[in-house]
Amino acid sequence: MIEIHDLHYRVGAAPILSDISLSLPEGSLTALIGPNGAGKSTLLRLMARLEPLQSGRITVEGLDLATTPTDAMARTLAIMGQQNSVASRLRVRELVGFGRWPHHQGRPRAADREAVEAAIDAFGLQPFAGRFLDELSGGQVQRAFLAMTFAQDTAWMLLDEPLNNLDVAHARALMARLAQLVQDTGRSVVAVVHEVNYAAAWADHVVAMKHGRIVAQGAAEAVLTEDLLSDLYDTPVEVSRHDGRPLVLHHHSHSRIADLSRGRLPDRARLS
Amino acid sequence: MPERASWQVIAGLTGLLVLSSLVWMFQGIGGGNRSFILTLRATKLAGLITVGASIAIATVLFQTVAANRVLTPSIMGFDALYLLLQTLLVASVGITGFAMLDPTLKFLAEIAVMVLLAGLLFGTLLGRGARDIPRTILTGVILGVLFRSISGFVSRILDPNAYAVVQSVSFASFGSINASLLLPGGLIAAGMIAAAFALSSRLDVLALGRTAAVSLGLRHRRMVLLTLALVAVLVSVSTALVGPVGFFGLLVAGLAHGAAASDRHAALLPIAGLIGALILVAGQTIFERAMSQPATLSVVVEFAGGLFFLYLLMKGRIR
Ligand SMILES: Nc1ncnc2c1ncn2[C@@H]1O[C@H](COP(=O)(O)OP(=O)(O)OP(=O)(O)O)[C@@H](O)[C@H]1O
Ligand SMILES: [Mg+2]
Repeated sequence: MIEIHDLHYRVGAAPILSDISLSLPEGSLTALIGPNGAGKSTLLRLMARLEPLQSGRITVEGLDLATTPTDAMARTLAIMGQQNSVASRLRVRELVGFGRWPHHQGRPRAADREAVEAAIDAFGLQPFAGRFLDELSGGQVQRAFLAMTFAQDTAWMLLDEPLNNLDVAHARALMARLAQLVQDTGRSVVAVVHEVNYAAAWADHVVAMKHGRIVAQGAAEAVLTEDLLSDLYDTPVEVSRHDGRPLVLHHHSHSRIADLSRGRLPDRARLS
Repeated sequence: MPERASWQVIAGLTGLLVLSSLVWMFQGIGGGNRSFILTLRATKLAGLITVGASIAIATVLFQTVAANRVLTPSIMGFDALYLLLQTLLVASVGITGFAMLDPTLKFLAEIAVMVLLAGLLFGTLLGRGARDIPRTILTGVILGVLFRSISGFVSRILDPNAYAVVQSVSFASFGSINASLLLPGGLIAAGMIAAAFALSSRLDVLALGRTAAVSLGLRHRRMVLLTLALVAVLVSVSTALVGPVGFFGLLVAGLAHGAAASDRHAALLPIAGLIGALILVAGQTIFERAMSQPATLSVVVEFAGGLFFLYLLMKGRIR
Protein backbone atom coordinates (compact mmCIF):
# COMPACT_ATOMS: atom_id res chain seq x y z
CA MET A 1 0.00 0.00 0.00
CA ILE A 2 1.17 3.51 -0.75
CA GLU A 3 -0.18 6.10 1.64
CA ILE A 4 0.12 9.80 1.09
CA HIS A 5 -0.88 12.18 3.87
CA ASP A 6 -1.47 15.86 3.40
CA LEU A 7 1.12 16.41 0.73
CA HIS A 8 1.87 19.93 -0.50
CA TYR A 9 4.55 20.84 -2.97
CA ARG A 10 5.56 24.18 -4.35
CA VAL A 11 8.27 25.58 -6.62
CA GLY A 12 9.14 29.06 -5.40
CA ALA A 13 5.81 30.60 -4.56
CA ALA A 14 3.83 28.57 -7.07
CA PRO A 15 1.85 25.68 -5.62
CA ILE A 16 2.31 22.61 -7.80
CA LEU A 17 0.53 20.08 -5.59
CA SER A 18 -2.00 20.96 -2.90
CA ASP A 19 -3.61 18.94 -0.21
CA ILE A 20 -2.97 15.49 -1.60
CA SER A 21 -4.07 12.56 0.54
CA LEU A 22 -4.31 9.23 -1.15
CA SER A 23 -4.08 5.58 -0.42
CA LEU A 24 -3.33 3.24 -3.25
CA PRO A 25 -4.31 -0.36 -2.62
CA GLU A 26 -1.92 -3.23 -3.17
CA GLY A 27 -2.46 -5.55 -6.06
CA SER A 28 -4.07 -2.93 -8.23
CA LEU A 29 -3.45 -1.22 -11.51
CA THR A 30 -4.01 2.47 -10.92
CA ALA A 31 -4.34 4.90 -13.79
CA LEU A 32 -3.41 8.50 -13.05
CA ILE A 33 -5.20 10.83 -15.45
CA GLY A 34 -5.50 14.56 -15.88
CA PRO A 35 -4.65 17.38 -18.27
CA ASN A 36 -1.12 18.58 -19.08
CA GLY A 37 0.40 20.37 -16.13
CA ALA A 38 -1.99 18.82 -13.61
CA GLY A 39 0.92 17.60 -11.48
CA LYS A 40 0.87 13.89 -12.36
CA SER A 41 4.59 13.61 -13.00
CA THR A 42 5.40 15.68 -9.93
CA LEU A 43 3.29 13.40 -7.74
CA LEU A 44 4.96 10.30 -9.16
CA ARG A 45 8.42 11.81 -8.72
CA LEU A 46 7.65 12.68 -5.11
CA MET A 47 6.50 9.11 -4.50
CA ALA A 48 9.80 7.93 -5.98
CA ARG A 49 11.94 10.29 -3.81
CA LEU A 50 13.08 12.18 -6.92
CA GLU A 51 11.87 15.46 -5.48
CA PRO A 52 12.36 16.53 -1.88
CA LEU A 53 9.38 16.11 0.41
CA GLN A 54 8.39 19.61 1.57
CA SER A 55 5.48 18.73 3.78
CA GLY A 56 3.32 15.71 4.37
CA ARG A 57 4.22 12.07 4.55
CA ILE A 58 4.53 9.23 2.08
CA THR A 59 4.85 5.57 3.02
CA VAL A 60 5.35 2.66 0.66
CA GLU A 61 4.60 -0.77 2.12
CA GLY A 62 4.97 0.82 5.53
CA LEU A 63 8.40 2.26 4.68
CA ASP A 64 8.57 5.98 5.33
CA LEU A 65 10.09 7.68 2.32
CA ALA A 66 11.79 10.30 4.45
CA THR A 67 13.76 7.79 6.53
CA THR A 68 14.18 4.66 4.43
CA PRO A 69 17.61 4.23 2.80
CA THR A 70 17.38 4.67 -0.94
CA ASP A 71 18.89 1.28 -1.77
CA ALA A 72 16.28 -0.52 0.31
CA MET A 73 13.59 1.54 -1.38
CA ALA A 74 14.92 0.48 -4.79
CA ARG A 75 13.95 -3.12 -4.04
CA THR A 76 10.38 -2.04 -3.25
CA LEU A 77 9.58 0.66 -5.76
CA ALA A 78 10.73 1.46 -9.29
CA ILE A 79 9.93 4.46 -11.44
CA MET A 80 10.13 5.00 -15.16
CA GLY A 81 10.27 8.67 -16.12
CA GLN A 82 8.27 10.50 -18.74
CA GLN A 83 11.33 11.21 -20.86
CA ASN A 84 13.79 8.39 -21.35
CA SER A 85 17.20 8.74 -22.90
CA VAL A 86 20.73 7.89 -21.91
CA ALA A 87 23.82 9.87 -22.75
CA SER A 88 26.10 6.84 -22.77
CA ARG A 89 26.38 4.28 -25.53
CA LEU A 90 24.76 1.09 -24.24
CA ARG A 91 23.28 -2.03 -25.73
CA VAL A 92 19.67 -2.93 -24.98
CA ARG A 93 20.74 -5.96 -22.93
CA GLU A 94 23.08 -3.79 -20.85
CA LEU A 95 20.33 -1.26 -20.16
CA VAL A 96 17.82 -3.91 -19.13
CA GLY A 97 20.56 -5.46 -16.99
CA PHE A 98 20.73 -2.30 -14.87
CA GLY A 99 17.23 -3.15 -13.64
CA ARG A 100 18.87 -5.89 -11.56
CA TRP A 101 21.42 -3.52 -10.01
CA PRO A 102 19.51 -2.99 -6.73
CA HIS A 103 19.66 -6.76 -6.23
CA HIS A 104 23.33 -7.38 -7.00
CA GLN A 105 25.16 -4.00 -6.84
CA GLY A 106 27.37 -4.78 -9.81
CA ARG A 107 27.89 -8.54 -9.44
CA PRO A 108 25.11 -10.22 -11.43
CA ARG A 109 24.29 -13.85 -10.68
CA ALA A 110 22.64 -16.45 -12.90
CA ALA A 111 19.19 -15.56 -11.54
CA ASP A 112 19.78 -11.92 -12.49
CA ARG A 113 20.74 -12.86 -16.03
CA GLU A 114 17.60 -15.00 -16.32
CA ALA A 115 15.43 -12.12 -15.13
CA VAL A 116 17.02 -9.86 -17.75
CA GLU A 117 16.37 -12.32 -20.56
CA ALA A 118 12.79 -12.77 -19.37
CA ALA A 119 12.22 -9.00 -19.45
CA ILE A 120 13.80 -8.78 -22.90
CA ASP A 121 11.46 -11.52 -24.13
CA ALA A 122 8.42 -9.98 -22.49
CA PHE A 123 8.85 -6.76 -24.47
CA GLY A 124 9.73 -8.39 -27.76
CA LEU A 125 13.26 -7.00 -27.61
CA GLN A 126 15.06 -10.22 -28.51
CA PRO A 127 15.85 -9.05 -32.09
CA PHE A 128 17.40 -5.83 -30.76
CA ALA A 129 19.02 -7.08 -27.57
CA GLY A 130 22.55 -6.72 -28.95
CA ARG A 131 21.94 -3.33 -30.54
CA PHE A 132 22.89 0.05 -29.19
CA LEU A 133 20.06 2.24 -27.91
CA ASP A 134 20.84 5.00 -30.38
CA GLU A 135 20.18 2.54 -33.19
CA LEU A 136 16.56 1.95 -32.14
CA SER A 137 13.26 3.65 -32.92
CA GLY A 138 11.44 5.71 -30.30
CA GLY A 139 9.02 2.94 -29.40
CA GLN A 140 11.79 0.35 -29.20
CA VAL A 141 13.72 2.60 -26.80
CA GLN A 142 10.56 3.00 -24.71
CA ARG A 143 10.17 -0.79 -24.55
CA ALA A 144 13.81 -1.15 -23.50
CA PHE A 145 13.24 1.21 -20.58
CA LEU A 146 10.02 -0.60 -19.66
CA ALA A 147 11.94 -3.87 -19.69
CA MET A 148 14.56 -2.38 -17.37
CA THR A 149 11.84 -1.28 -14.96
CA PHE A 150 10.22 -4.72 -15.09
CA ALA A 151 13.55 -6.43 -14.48
CA GLN A 152 13.85 -4.46 -11.24
CA ASP A 153 11.07 -6.74 -9.99
CA THR A 154 9.62 -4.45 -7.31
CA ALA A 155 6.32 -4.59 -5.44
CA TRP A 156 5.47 -1.16 -6.87
CA MET A 157 6.06 0.20 -10.34
CA LEU A 158 5.41 3.86 -11.14
CA LEU A 159 5.23 4.44 -14.88
CA ASP A 160 5.03 7.98 -16.23
CA GLU A 161 3.26 7.78 -19.58
CA PRO A 162 4.43 4.25 -20.43
CA LEU A 163 2.38 4.31 -23.63
CA ASN A 164 4.49 7.09 -25.15
CA ASN A 165 5.77 6.17 -28.59
CA LEU A 166 4.06 2.78 -28.59
CA ASP A 167 1.91 1.65 -31.51
CA VAL A 168 -1.59 0.34 -30.83
CA ALA A 169 -0.52 -3.29 -30.65
CA HIS A 170 2.33 -2.64 -28.24
CA ALA A 171 0.24 -0.25 -26.17
CA ARG A 172 -2.50 -2.85 -25.72
CA ALA A 173 0.05 -5.57 -25.07
CA LEU A 174 1.64 -3.42 -22.37
CA MET A 175 -1.64 -2.66 -20.61
CA ALA A 176 -2.64 -6.32 -20.79
CA ARG A 177 0.77 -7.33 -19.41
CA LEU A 178 0.46 -4.85 -16.55
CA ALA A 179 -3.04 -6.10 -15.71
CA GLN A 180 -1.80 -9.69 -15.87
CA LEU A 181 1.18 -8.95 -13.64
CA VAL A 182 -1.05 -7.32 -11.07
CA GLN A 183 -3.47 -10.24 -11.13
CA ASP A 184 -0.88 -13.02 -11.07
CA THR A 185 1.65 -11.68 -8.61
CA GLY A 186 -0.27 -9.19 -6.51
CA ARG A 187 2.14 -6.47 -7.49
CA SER A 188 0.96 -2.90 -7.94
CA VAL A 189 1.32 -0.48 -10.81
CA VAL A 190 0.60 3.24 -11.04
CA ALA A 191 0.62 4.50 -14.61
CA VAL A 192 0.04 7.98 -15.99
CA VAL A 193 -2.27 7.52 -18.95
CA HIS A 194 -3.51 10.15 -21.39
CA GLU A 195 -5.58 7.85 -23.57
CA VAL A 196 -8.55 7.48 -21.25
CA ASN A 197 -9.84 4.33 -22.91
CA TYR A 198 -6.74 2.40 -21.88
CA ALA A 199 -7.51 3.38 -18.32
CA ALA A 200 -11.15 2.42 -18.84
CA ALA A 201 -10.28 -0.98 -20.26
CA TRP A 202 -7.52 -2.10 -17.90
CA ALA A 203 -7.28 -0.04 -14.72
CA ASP A 204 -8.86 -1.18 -11.46
CA HIS A 205 -8.49 2.19 -9.90
CA VAL A 206 -8.45 5.66 -11.44
CA VAL A 207 -7.10 8.83 -9.88
CA ALA A 208 -7.96 12.09 -11.65
CA MET A 209 -5.90 15.23 -11.06
CA LYS A 210 -6.28 18.84 -12.08
CA HIS A 211 -4.46 22.00 -10.99
CA GLY A 212 -2.37 20.07 -8.50
CA ARG A 213 -5.33 18.54 -6.70
CA ILE A 214 -7.02 15.20 -6.76
CA VAL A 215 -10.50 15.72 -8.15
CA ALA A 216 -11.71 12.14 -8.09
CA GLN A 217 -10.56 8.63 -7.33
CA GLY A 218 -12.18 5.23 -7.30
CA ALA A 219 -13.15 2.39 -9.58
CA ALA A 220 -12.87 3.10 -13.30
CA GLU A 221 -16.68 3.02 -13.77
CA ALA A 222 -17.18 5.54 -11.00
CA VAL A 223 -14.57 8.04 -12.15
CA LEU A 224 -14.81 7.88 -15.92
CA THR A 225 -18.12 9.63 -16.31
CA GLU A 226 -19.20 12.19 -18.87
CA ASP A 227 -19.45 15.06 -16.41
CA LEU A 228 -16.21 14.40 -14.67
CA LEU A 229 -14.13 13.90 -17.81
CA SER A 230 -15.65 16.91 -19.56
CA ASP A 231 -14.77 19.03 -16.53
CA LEU A 232 -11.36 17.45 -16.14
CA TYR A 233 -10.22 18.16 -19.67
CA ASP A 234 -12.40 21.23 -20.31
CA THR A 235 -13.69 19.65 -23.46
CA PRO A 236 -16.96 17.81 -24.06
CA VAL A 237 -16.71 14.02 -24.10
CA GLU A 238 -19.29 11.28 -24.32
CA VAL A 239 -19.10 8.03 -22.46
CA SER A 240 -20.88 4.92 -23.63
CA ARG A 241 -20.35 1.36 -22.47
CA HIS A 242 -18.60 -1.51 -24.12
CA ASP A 243 -18.27 -4.97 -22.57
CA GLY A 244 -19.39 -3.51 -19.27
CA ARG A 245 -16.54 -0.98 -19.30
CA PRO A 246 -16.80 2.74 -19.98
CA LEU A 247 -15.91 3.73 -23.55
CA VAL A 248 -14.94 7.36 -23.93
CA LEU A 249 -15.75 9.14 -27.18
CA HIS A 250 -14.30 12.52 -27.84
CA HIS A 251 -17.29 14.63 -28.57
CA HIS A 252 -16.08 16.34 -31.68
CA SER A 253 -14.88 13.28 -33.51
CA HIS A 254 -17.89 11.33 -32.34
CA SER A 255 -20.38 13.76 -33.81
CA ARG A 256 -18.27 13.95 -36.92
CA ILE A 257 -18.40 10.21 -37.28
CA ALA A 258 -22.12 10.26 -36.66
CA ASP A 259 -22.57 13.00 -39.22
CA LEU A 260 -20.45 11.12 -41.71
CA SER A 261 -22.48 7.98 -41.32
CA ARG A 262 -25.67 9.97 -41.81
CA GLY A 263 -24.17 11.52 -44.92
CA ARG A 264 -24.60 15.02 -43.53
CA LEU A 265 -21.14 16.41 -44.12
CA PRO A 266 -20.36 18.41 -47.24
CA ASP A 267 -18.45 16.56 -49.97
CA ARG A 268 -15.28 18.48 -49.27
CA ALA A 269 -15.17 17.13 -45.73
CA ARG A 270 -15.98 13.63 -46.79
CA LEU A 271 -13.10 13.58 -49.23
CA SER A 272 -10.53 14.73 -46.70
CA MET B 1 34.03 -7.04 -16.04
CA PRO B 2 34.81 -5.67 -19.48
CA GLU B 3 33.71 -7.82 -22.40
CA ARG B 4 36.05 -9.53 -24.81
CA ALA B 5 36.35 -6.82 -27.44
CA SER B 6 37.34 -4.36 -24.70
CA TRP B 7 39.89 -6.75 -23.25
CA GLN B 8 41.56 -6.92 -26.65
CA VAL B 9 41.73 -3.14 -26.80
CA ILE B 10 43.15 -3.00 -23.27
CA ALA B 11 45.76 -5.63 -24.09
CA GLY B 12 46.74 -3.87 -27.32
CA LEU B 13 47.08 -0.48 -25.63
CA THR B 14 49.10 -1.98 -22.78
CA GLY B 15 51.45 -3.55 -25.31
CA LEU B 16 51.93 -0.24 -27.13
CA LEU B 17 52.50 1.62 -23.87
CA VAL B 18 55.15 -0.89 -22.74
CA LEU B 19 56.81 -0.68 -26.14
CA SER B 20 56.97 3.10 -26.21
CA SER B 21 58.15 3.16 -22.60
CA LEU B 22 61.01 0.83 -23.52
CA VAL B 23 61.98 3.02 -26.48
CA TRP B 24 61.78 6.09 -24.25
CA MET B 25 64.01 4.46 -21.64
CA PHE B 26 66.67 2.79 -23.75
CA GLN B 27 66.84 4.60 -27.07
CA GLY B 28 70.31 5.94 -27.83
CA ILE B 29 71.71 5.01 -24.46
CA GLY B 30 75.37 4.15 -24.08
CA GLY B 31 78.68 5.28 -22.77
CA GLY B 32 79.03 6.89 -19.37
CA ASN B 33 76.39 8.33 -17.08
CA ARG B 34 74.11 5.44 -17.91
CA SER B 35 72.48 5.23 -14.52
CA PHE B 36 72.08 8.98 -14.30
CA ILE B 37 70.32 9.13 -17.65
CA LEU B 38 68.16 6.13 -16.83
CA THR B 39 67.04 7.70 -13.54
CA LEU B 40 66.24 10.95 -15.30
CA ARG B 41 64.26 9.16 -17.99
CA ALA B 42 62.43 6.95 -15.52
CA THR B 43 61.36 9.99 -13.51
CA LYS B 44 60.02 11.68 -16.60
CA LEU B 45 58.32 8.51 -17.76
CA ALA B 46 56.54 8.14 -14.44
CA GLY B 47 55.44 11.78 -14.70
CA LEU B 48 54.10 11.39 -18.23
CA ILE B 49 52.16 8.26 -17.36
CA THR B 50 50.73 9.84 -14.20
CA VAL B 51 49.66 12.99 -16.01
CA GLY B 52 48.26 11.18 -19.07
CA ALA B 53 46.22 8.72 -17.04
CA SER B 54 45.05 11.37 -14.54
CA ILE B 55 43.74 13.77 -17.17
CA ALA B 56 42.11 10.98 -19.15
CA ILE B 57 40.30 9.49 -16.18
CA ALA B 58 39.35 12.88 -14.74
CA THR B 59 37.77 13.77 -18.07
CA VAL B 60 35.81 10.53 -18.38
CA LEU B 61 34.54 10.90 -14.80
CA PHE B 62 33.56 14.50 -15.37
CA GLN B 63 31.72 13.68 -18.58
CA THR B 64 29.79 10.97 -16.76
CA VAL B 65 28.64 13.41 -14.08
CA ALA B 66 27.78 16.06 -16.64
CA ALA B 67 26.10 13.51 -18.97
CA ASN B 68 27.90 15.25 -21.80
CA ARG B 69 30.80 14.57 -24.17
CA VAL B 70 31.90 18.13 -24.81
CA LEU B 71 32.53 19.28 -21.26
CA THR B 72 35.90 18.61 -19.62
CA PRO B 73 37.33 19.69 -16.28
CA SER B 74 39.62 22.17 -17.99
CA ILE B 75 36.85 23.66 -20.14
CA MET B 76 34.92 24.10 -16.88
CA GLY B 77 37.86 25.88 -15.27
CA PHE B 78 39.17 23.24 -12.83
CA ASP B 79 42.84 23.85 -13.57
CA ALA B 80 42.32 27.62 -13.58
CA LEU B 81 40.87 27.21 -10.08
CA TYR B 82 43.94 25.27 -9.00
CA LEU B 83 46.25 27.96 -10.37
CA LEU B 84 44.22 30.62 -8.61
CA LEU B 85 44.71 28.75 -5.35
CA GLN B 86 48.46 28.73 -5.93
CA THR B 87 48.48 32.44 -6.69
CA LEU B 88 46.48 33.25 -3.59
CA LEU B 89 48.91 31.14 -1.61
CA VAL B 90 51.89 33.10 -2.96
CA ALA B 91 50.03 36.31 -2.21
CA SER B 92 49.22 35.36 1.34
CA VAL B 93 52.55 33.90 2.47
CA GLY B 94 54.81 36.00 0.26
CA ILE B 95 57.48 34.82 -2.10
CA THR B 96 60.00 33.73 0.52
CA GLY B 97 57.31 31.95 2.44
CA PHE B 98 56.20 30.22 -0.74
CA ALA B 99 59.66 28.90 -1.41
CA MET B 100 60.10 27.82 2.20
CA LEU B 101 56.88 25.82 2.46
CA ASP B 102 57.34 22.08 2.29
CA PRO B 103 56.25 21.29 -1.28
CA THR B 104 54.42 18.09 -0.34
CA LEU B 105 52.56 19.75 2.50
CA LYS B 106 51.67 22.72 0.32
CA PHE B 107 50.48 20.34 -2.38
CA LEU B 108 48.24 18.41 0.03
CA ALA B 109 46.71 21.61 1.37
CA GLU B 110 46.02 22.84 -2.16
CA ILE B 111 44.34 19.56 -3.04
CA ALA B 112 42.13 19.73 0.04
CA VAL B 113 40.97 23.27 -0.71
CA MET B 114 40.50 22.34 -4.36
CA VAL B 115 38.22 19.41 -3.49
CA LEU B 116 36.14 21.64 -1.25
CA LEU B 117 35.77 24.45 -3.79
CA ALA B 118 35.13 22.16 -6.74
CA GLY B 119 32.44 20.34 -4.77
CA LEU B 120 30.74 23.61 -3.86
CA LEU B 121 30.98 25.17 -7.30
CA PHE B 122 30.42 22.27 -9.64
CA GLY B 123 28.27 20.22 -7.30
CA THR B 124 25.64 22.94 -7.49
CA LEU B 125 26.13 23.47 -11.18
CA LEU B 126 25.95 19.81 -12.17
CA GLY B 127 24.01 18.25 -9.32
CA ARG B 128 21.10 17.28 -11.51
CA GLY B 129 23.08 16.71 -14.66
CA ALA B 130 23.88 19.61 -16.92
CA ARG B 131 20.46 20.12 -18.43
CA ASP B 132 21.21 23.28 -20.33
CA ILE B 133 24.51 22.41 -21.97
CA PRO B 134 25.29 25.68 -23.75
CA ARG B 135 24.67 27.59 -20.53
CA THR B 136 26.86 25.19 -18.58
CA ILE B 137 29.71 25.55 -21.06
CA LEU B 138 29.37 29.29 -20.95
CA THR B 139 29.38 29.29 -17.16
CA GLY B 140 32.51 27.16 -17.16
CA VAL B 141 34.30 29.35 -19.66
CA ILE B 142 33.37 32.45 -17.67
CA LEU B 143 34.51 30.84 -14.43
CA GLY B 144 37.81 29.90 -16.08
CA VAL B 145 38.35 33.43 -17.35
CA LEU B 146 37.38 34.81 -13.96
CA PHE B 147 39.83 32.55 -12.11
CA ARG B 148 42.60 33.43 -14.57
CA SER B 149 41.96 37.17 -14.32
CA ILE B 150 41.95 37.07 -10.54
CA SER B 151 45.22 35.12 -10.68
CA GLY B 152 46.62 37.71 -13.07
CA PHE B 153 45.38 40.61 -11.00
CA VAL B 154 46.71 39.24 -7.73
CA SER B 155 50.07 38.32 -9.20
CA ARG B 156 50.45 41.74 -10.80
CA ILE B 157 50.05 43.52 -7.48
CA LEU B 158 52.68 41.21 -6.07
CA ASP B 159 56.25 42.18 -6.78
CA PRO B 160 57.75 41.20 -10.16
CA ASN B 161 59.66 38.29 -8.68
CA ALA B 162 56.51 36.79 -7.31
CA TYR B 163 54.83 37.34 -10.66
CA ALA B 164 57.54 35.25 -12.28
CA VAL B 165 56.97 32.46 -9.78
CA VAL B 166 53.27 32.43 -10.65
CA GLN B 167 53.96 32.61 -14.36
CA SER B 168 56.29 29.64 -14.17
CA VAL B 169 53.45 27.43 -12.98
CA SER B 170 50.89 28.80 -15.43
CA PHE B 171 51.81 26.95 -18.61
CA ALA B 172 51.80 23.26 -19.43
CA SER B 173 55.07 21.65 -20.29
CA PHE B 174 55.47 17.94 -20.72
CA GLY B 175 59.21 18.38 -21.15
CA SER B 176 59.84 19.59 -17.62
CA ILE B 177 57.96 17.77 -14.92
CA ASN B 178 57.89 19.04 -11.36
CA ALA B 179 59.96 16.20 -9.91
CA SER B 180 59.59 17.21 -6.28
CA LEU B 181 55.86 16.41 -6.43
CA LEU B 182 56.15 13.30 -8.56
CA LEU B 183 56.14 10.78 -5.74
CA PRO B 184 53.24 12.18 -3.69
CA GLY B 185 51.37 13.14 -6.87
CA GLY B 186 51.83 9.72 -8.43
CA LEU B 187 50.71 7.93 -5.28
CA ILE B 188 47.65 10.13 -4.86
CA ALA B 189 46.71 9.76 -8.53
CA ALA B 190 47.08 5.97 -8.30
CA GLY B 191 44.80 5.96 -5.27
CA MET B 192 42.15 8.05 -7.03
CA ILE B 193 42.32 5.91 -10.16
CA ALA B 194 41.91 2.77 -8.06
CA ALA B 195 38.90 4.37 -6.35
CA ALA B 196 37.38 5.21 -9.73
CA PHE B 197 37.82 1.59 -10.88
CA ALA B 198 36.17 0.36 -7.69
CA LEU B 199 33.22 2.67 -8.38
CA SER B 200 32.87 1.68 -12.03
CA SER B 201 29.55 -0.13 -11.62
CA ARG B 202 28.11 2.85 -9.73
CA LEU B 203 29.43 5.19 -12.39
CA ASP B 204 27.53 3.15 -14.97
CA VAL B 205 24.34 3.70 -12.99
CA LEU B 206 25.13 7.40 -12.56
CA ALA B 207 25.48 7.68 -16.35
CA LEU B 208 21.86 6.55 -16.78
CA GLY B 209 20.72 9.95 -15.53
CA ARG B 210 19.23 11.00 -12.23
CA THR B 211 15.76 9.46 -12.58
CA ALA B 212 16.99 5.97 -13.40
CA ALA B 213 19.89 6.20 -10.95
CA VAL B 214 17.64 7.13 -8.03
CA SER B 215 15.10 4.51 -9.03
CA LEU B 216 17.90 1.92 -8.92
CA GLY B 217 18.88 3.00 -5.44
CA LEU B 218 22.07 4.98 -6.12
CA ARG B 219 22.72 7.77 -3.65
CA HIS B 220 22.86 10.23 -6.46
CA ARG B 221 23.97 13.41 -4.75
CA ARG B 222 26.69 11.64 -2.78
CA MET B 223 27.95 9.92 -5.92
CA VAL B 224 28.07 13.19 -7.86
CA LEU B 225 30.11 14.87 -5.11
CA LEU B 226 32.41 11.87 -4.72
CA THR B 227 33.07 11.78 -8.46
CA LEU B 228 33.73 15.52 -8.57
CA ALA B 229 36.15 15.11 -5.66
CA LEU B 230 38.08 12.46 -7.61
CA VAL B 231 38.15 14.78 -10.61
CA ALA B 232 39.39 17.69 -8.49
CA VAL B 233 42.24 15.65 -7.03
CA LEU B 234 43.31 14.21 -10.39
CA VAL B 235 43.30 17.65 -12.03
CA SER B 236 45.28 19.08 -9.11
CA VAL B 237 47.91 16.38 -9.50
CA SER B 238 48.32 16.83 -13.23
CA THR B 239 48.29 20.61 -13.02
CA ALA B 240 50.88 20.55 -10.24
CA LEU B 241 53.14 18.25 -12.28
CA VAL B 242 53.01 19.88 -15.73
CA GLY B 243 50.68 22.88 -15.53
CA PRO B 244 47.24 23.41 -17.05
CA VAL B 245 46.29 21.23 -20.01
CA GLY B 246 43.38 22.36 -22.16
CA PHE B 247 41.83 20.09 -24.75
CA PHE B 248 43.98 17.01 -24.24
CA GLY B 249 41.42 15.35 -21.96
CA LEU B 250 38.65 15.91 -24.49
CA LEU B 251 40.69 14.21 -27.19
CA VAL B 252 41.55 11.22 -25.02
CA ALA B 253 38.00 10.74 -23.71
CA GLY B 254 36.68 10.93 -27.27
CA LEU B 255 39.17 8.30 -28.45
CA ALA B 256 38.36 6.08 -25.45
CA HIS B 257 34.63 6.18 -26.13
CA GLY B 258 35.37 5.22 -29.70
CA ALA B 259 37.69 2.37 -28.76
CA ALA B 260 35.60 0.79 -25.99
CA ALA B 261 32.97 -1.77 -26.99
CA SER B 262 30.38 0.12 -24.96
CA ASP B 263 30.30 2.85 -22.33
CA ARG B 264 30.68 0.58 -19.31
CA HIS B 265 33.22 2.19 -17.01
CA ALA B 266 34.98 -1.08 -16.21
CA ALA B 267 36.33 -0.90 -19.77
CA LEU B 268 36.15 2.83 -20.43
CA LEU B 269 38.36 3.88 -17.51
CA PRO B 270 41.34 1.60 -18.21
CA ILE B 271 41.14 2.29 -21.94
CA ALA B 272 41.08 6.05 -21.38
CA GLY B 273 43.95 5.90 -18.89
CA LEU B 274 46.06 3.83 -21.27
CA ILE B 275 45.36 6.08 -24.26
CA GLY B 276 46.23 9.19 -22.23
CA ALA B 277 49.52 7.71 -21.04
CA LEU B 278 50.34 6.31 -24.47
CA ILE B 279 49.85 9.62 -26.29
CA LEU B 280 52.13 11.45 -23.88
CA VAL B 281 54.87 8.79 -23.74
CA ALA B 282 54.90 8.04 -27.47
CA GLY B 283 54.47 11.71 -28.37
CA GLN B 284 57.23 12.91 -26.07
CA THR B 285 59.54 10.15 -27.35
CA ILE B 286 58.98 11.25 -30.93
CA PHE B 287 59.27 14.98 -30.32
CA GLU B 288 62.18 14.86 -27.89
CA ARG B 289 64.25 12.12 -29.48
CA ALA B 290 63.44 12.10 -33.18
CA MET B 291 62.85 15.82 -33.61
CA SER B 292 64.77 17.31 -30.70
CA GLN B 293 61.80 19.47 -29.79
CA PRO B 294 60.98 18.57 -26.18
CA ALA B 295 58.53 21.47 -25.74
CA THR B 296 56.38 20.85 -28.82
CA LEU B 297 54.16 17.99 -27.68
CA SER B 298 51.79 20.13 -25.62
CA VAL B 299 51.20 22.45 -28.57
CA VAL B 300 50.43 19.58 -30.93
CA VAL B 301 48.21 17.76 -28.44
CA GLU B 302 46.32 20.94 -27.64
CA PHE B 303 45.88 21.69 -31.32
CA ALA B 304 44.50 18.21 -32.02
CA GLY B 305 42.23 18.45 -28.97
CA GLY B 306 41.01 21.87 -30.04
CA LEU B 307 40.18 20.57 -33.50
CA PHE B 308 38.30 17.67 -31.91
CA PHE B 309 36.34 20.15 -29.78
CA LEU B 310 35.34 22.09 -32.89
CA TYR B 311 34.42 18.84 -34.61
CA LEU B 312 32.14 17.84 -31.73
CA LEU B 313 30.50 21.26 -31.70
CA MET B 314 29.98 21.37 -35.44
CA LYS B 315 28.64 17.84 -35.62
CA GLY B 316 26.16 18.93 -32.98
CA ARG B 317 27.27 16.00 -30.81
CA ILE B 318 26.64 17.98 -27.69
CA ARG B 319 25.05 15.00 -26.02
N1 LIG C 1 10.90 22.96 -12.05
C1 LIG C 1 9.71 23.55 -12.14
N2 LIG C 1 9.58 24.86 -11.92
C2 LIG C 1 8.39 25.47 -12.01
N3 LIG C 1 7.27 24.84 -12.33
C3 LIG C 1 7.33 23.54 -12.58
C4 LIG C 1 8.55 22.82 -12.50
N4 LIG C 1 8.29 21.53 -12.82
C5 LIG C 1 6.99 21.47 -13.08
N5 LIG C 1 6.41 22.65 -12.93
C6 LIG C 1 4.98 22.96 -13.11
O1 LIG C 1 4.28 22.07 -12.31
C7 LIG C 1 3.07 21.71 -12.92
C8 LIG C 1 2.90 20.21 -12.90
O2 LIG C 1 3.88 19.63 -13.76
P1 LIG C 1 3.86 18.08 -14.06
O3 LIG C 1 5.05 17.78 -14.89
O4 LIG C 1 3.72 17.34 -12.78
O5 LIG C 1 2.54 17.93 -14.92
P2 LIG C 1 1.92 16.64 -15.60
O6 LIG C 1 0.59 16.44 -15.02
O7 LIG C 1 2.87 15.51 -15.54
O8 LIG C 1 1.75 17.14 -17.11
P3 LIG C 1 1.98 16.36 -18.50
O9 LIG C 1 0.72 15.63 -18.79
O10 LIG C 1 2.16 17.47 -19.48
O11 LIG C 1 3.15 15.50 -18.36
C9 LIG C 1 3.09 22.32 -14.31
O12 LIG C 1 2.26 23.44 -14.33
C10 LIG C 1 4.52 22.72 -14.52
O13 LIG C 1 4.59 23.87 -15.31
MG1 LIG D 1 3.97 14.49 -16.90
